[in-house]
Amino acid sequence: MKRYESWGRFPRAAHSVFALNWHSQEIDFPRFTNKVLAFGLGRSYGDVCLNDGGTLLDTEGLRHLIAFDPAEGIVDCEAGITLAELLEIFLPKGWFAPVLPGTRHVTVGGAIANDIHGKNHHRAGTFGCHVLGFELLRSTGERLFCSPDQNAELFRATIGGLGLTGLILWVRLRLKAVSGPWMQVEHLPFSSLKEFFEFSRDSDSRYEYTVAWVDCVSGGGKAGRGVFIRGNHAAGKQAQGEWKSKPAFLRIPADAPGFLINRCSVRLLNEIYYQLQSAKRGPFTMPYGPFFFPLDSVEDWNRLYGKAGFLQYQVVLPEDGSARLKEFFEKISNSGLGSFLAVLKHFGPKRSPGLMSFPKAGVTLALDFPIRGRKVFDLLNALDEIAAAAGGSVYPGKDARMSPGHFRKFFPQWQEFTKYFDPAFSSDFKKRMLL
Amino acid sequence: MKKIFVAGALSAIAQETARCFAAEGAAFFLAARDGEKLAISGADLKTRGASSVTVLAADFDVLESHAEIVRKAEAELGGIEIALIAYGFLPDQTACEQDFDLTLKAIHTNFISVVSLVMQLTPLFENQRGGTMAVIGSVAGDRGRPKNYVYGTSKGALALFLQGLRARLSRSGVNVLTVKPGFVDTPMTAGHAKNILFADAPSVGCAIHRAILARKDILYVPGFWRWILFVIQCIPEGLFKKLKL
Ligand SMILES: Cc1cc2nc3c(=O)[nH]c(=O)nc-3n(C[C@H](O)[C@H](O)[C@H](O)COP(=O)(O)OP(=O)(O)OC[C@H]3O[C@@H](n4cnc5c(N)ncnc54)[C@H](O)[C@@H]3O)c2cc1C
Ligand SMILES: NC(=O)c1ccc[n+]([C@@H]2O[C@H](COP(=O)([O-])OP(=O)(O)OC[C@H]3O[C@@H](n4cnc5c(N)ncnc54)[C@H](OP(=O)(O)O)[C@@H]3O)[C@@H](O)[C@H]2O)c1
Repeated sequence: MKRYESWGRFPRAAHSVFALNWHSQEIDFPRFTNKVLAFGLGRSYGDVCLNDGGTLLDTEGLRHLIAFDPAEGIVDCEAGITLAELLEIFLPKGWFAPVLPGTRHVTVGGAIANDIHGKNHHRAGTFGCHVLGFELLRSTGERLFCSPDQNAELFRATIGGLGLTGLILWVRLRLKAVSGPWMQVEHLPFSSLKEFFEFSRDSDSRYEYTVAWVDCVSGGGKAGRGVFIRGNHAAGKQAQGEWKSKPAFLRIPADAPGFLINRCSVRLLNEIYYQLQSAKRGPFTMPYGPFFFPLDSVEDWNRLYGKAGFLQYQVVLPEDGSARLKEFFEKISNSGLGSFLAVLKHFGPKRSPGLMSFPKAGVTLALDFPIRGRKVFDLLNALDEIAAAAGGSVYPGKDARMSPGHFRKFFPQWQEFTKYFDPAFSSDFKKRMLL
Repeated sequence: MKKIFVAGALSAIAQETARCFAAEGAAFFLAARDGEKLAISGADLKTRGASSVTVLAADFDVLESHAEIVRKAEAELGGIEIALIAYGFLPDQTACEQDFDLTLKAIHTNFISVVSLVMQLTPLFENQRGGTMAVIGSVAGDRGRPKNYVYGTSKGALALFLQGLRARLSRSGVNVLTVKPGFVDTPMTAGHAKNILFADAPSVGCAIHRAILARKDILYVPGFWRWILFVIQCIPEGLFKKLKL
């Protein structure tokens, strides 16, 4: 049974659900007495995928492929198909997703609405950079093909448009040619942020995929330590063996008790992870699955955070603001609220067509916080202050708590964005941002 | 390359089974009511690897059309190795209790029409001395329950018919698969409140694909329904009457 909740499971919301199965389907919008919102797989951590008291248009049944051009690697597909399924179908033919997030279980529509980024942002930009067009259904019943040339404003507003401009029915996407399913990977342990920046500068031009894990719970001499991970698609058919992605080997069947994720367990996990990852340096070859989606091996891992749920915080600081990263680490480490798996990555200068796209050239930091009282909200608010002062911004697709004031500072173009809203659509994020 | 005829090809479950076969390069003849959707589903299967897809708009309630449909499918495919019969109609039980026409319609679509179609297909499979006829029944056919005994009757009668046919055709090397799904989240159950017993269409569709390849006789899907139904069938009638199942 599908659960209609966000990945962070905060806030909670109650919905009616209307399932979609065909892009040709007529939707009688006036029949919905409340507001609607498209829902893919709820892999958004925050409330952009929630619509409390309203109706969710469940797109999971929109999985028809429409056409594929094997010469150019261009696929037309319905918006509810997942990146997992596209990989399954097209990787054997030598085509790969142009941008992948940290989980394979996201829909193409969701990937556009949040204009997601991956480990190759410094090269490839966001998902929206590879979208050639899509058909948008507005609540007037109009079906508009949007591309850089047709309905160009709606094209820009819908990429990163958080589902507020209408329903994406199908998408024309450019895939990326690869030599096979294997990755050539290296792990480089580092002991300070300074070293992270050096590795990044040195690697980004030679490696298509880069990302770092950093420890932001340990203080003292261990502060700022981490592991820099870089990789390329392995050339040719050099590796042998099983690469097909297996189902998750573990599933968390129910809510874990809230105390499971605490200061000690998080420290311990960080220590174990650091030792494990820095022990295998490589270069080594591995299948693409565990390289891109290490967390997918445990299904429903978000339940480990217990009933109260958790928050994910992702911030980007522009190039010249990256010096302020240190302040973030100090504040987080001092708060004692730190999380397992903080991720650090350099974003490149490639611009997304999306009006509200989150990534910009600079450095991005993402981490999880269990929800336990006000303290974490206060901490994140203080981090927002630093981000705002540094000209940075926070990822709406993962947010459940930033203030409308901060949102407007982070996205000064927000007023223009509201011009493209479809009046029948809404979300908890929209309401919270007073849009 | 498998040659597959799908009757009721737009059923959510049938589409998933077809997708599994498409990935293996099968050739399809798809028949269902809605021509526009058939074109979409056909393009989907083609793009996923089907070697060829032909579609035909057809209403299986019209028994007189069955012979022609089967003839076309056989001609297009050059023989039929697998026939998947997936169409079905789930009526509102309380409405049926007041309305014989509705009751008849359910029995007609789910039972009479399927029997007619299977009988058109049988000589073809017998002549080939091989292949599989896979028919979607339901766990609802295993015991009559106040909540859905009209639908249950149509699927139960169908299962009985297929059981006899299976034994008969086994001598000709033809396999008859009766699929008995539990609750599945598809357009058929769109208006029903969902609970943890509901399975998703892709997993049910792929289980049917595997069962066809394995030449199974009866498939309960998901598998736990076999045990649920075993228990339900063991309950003595006197007690069963009193239970609100
Ligand atoms: C483990 C994990 C790792 C992640 N890693 C990354 C990462 O590296 N980079 C990154 O950018 N993100 C990452 N994410 C976030 C995730 O990629 C995004 O939230 C993504 O948008 C989720 O897609 P979804 O299909 O689940 O959409 P949902 O969460 O269901 O919806 C997201 C938004 O898309 C809208 N939407 C969905 N379908 C349509 C449609 N057809 N038409 C119009 N609007 C639509 C919804 O209304 C909503 O606003 C990660 C998430 C998880 C759980
Ligand atoms: N979903 C469940 O919980 C469940 C459980 C047990 C068994 N089943 C059985 O599984 C099978 C597939 O159903 P589903 O779950 O995939 O639901 P579905 O998507 O609603 O499929 C049912 C299909 O049957 C078609 N159909 C009905 N009458 C027809 C006719 N006279 N001629 C041609 N097509 C006709 C419908 O076509 P239209 O779109 O044109 O109406 C529809 O495409 C059915 O036999 C059903 O009884 C389902």
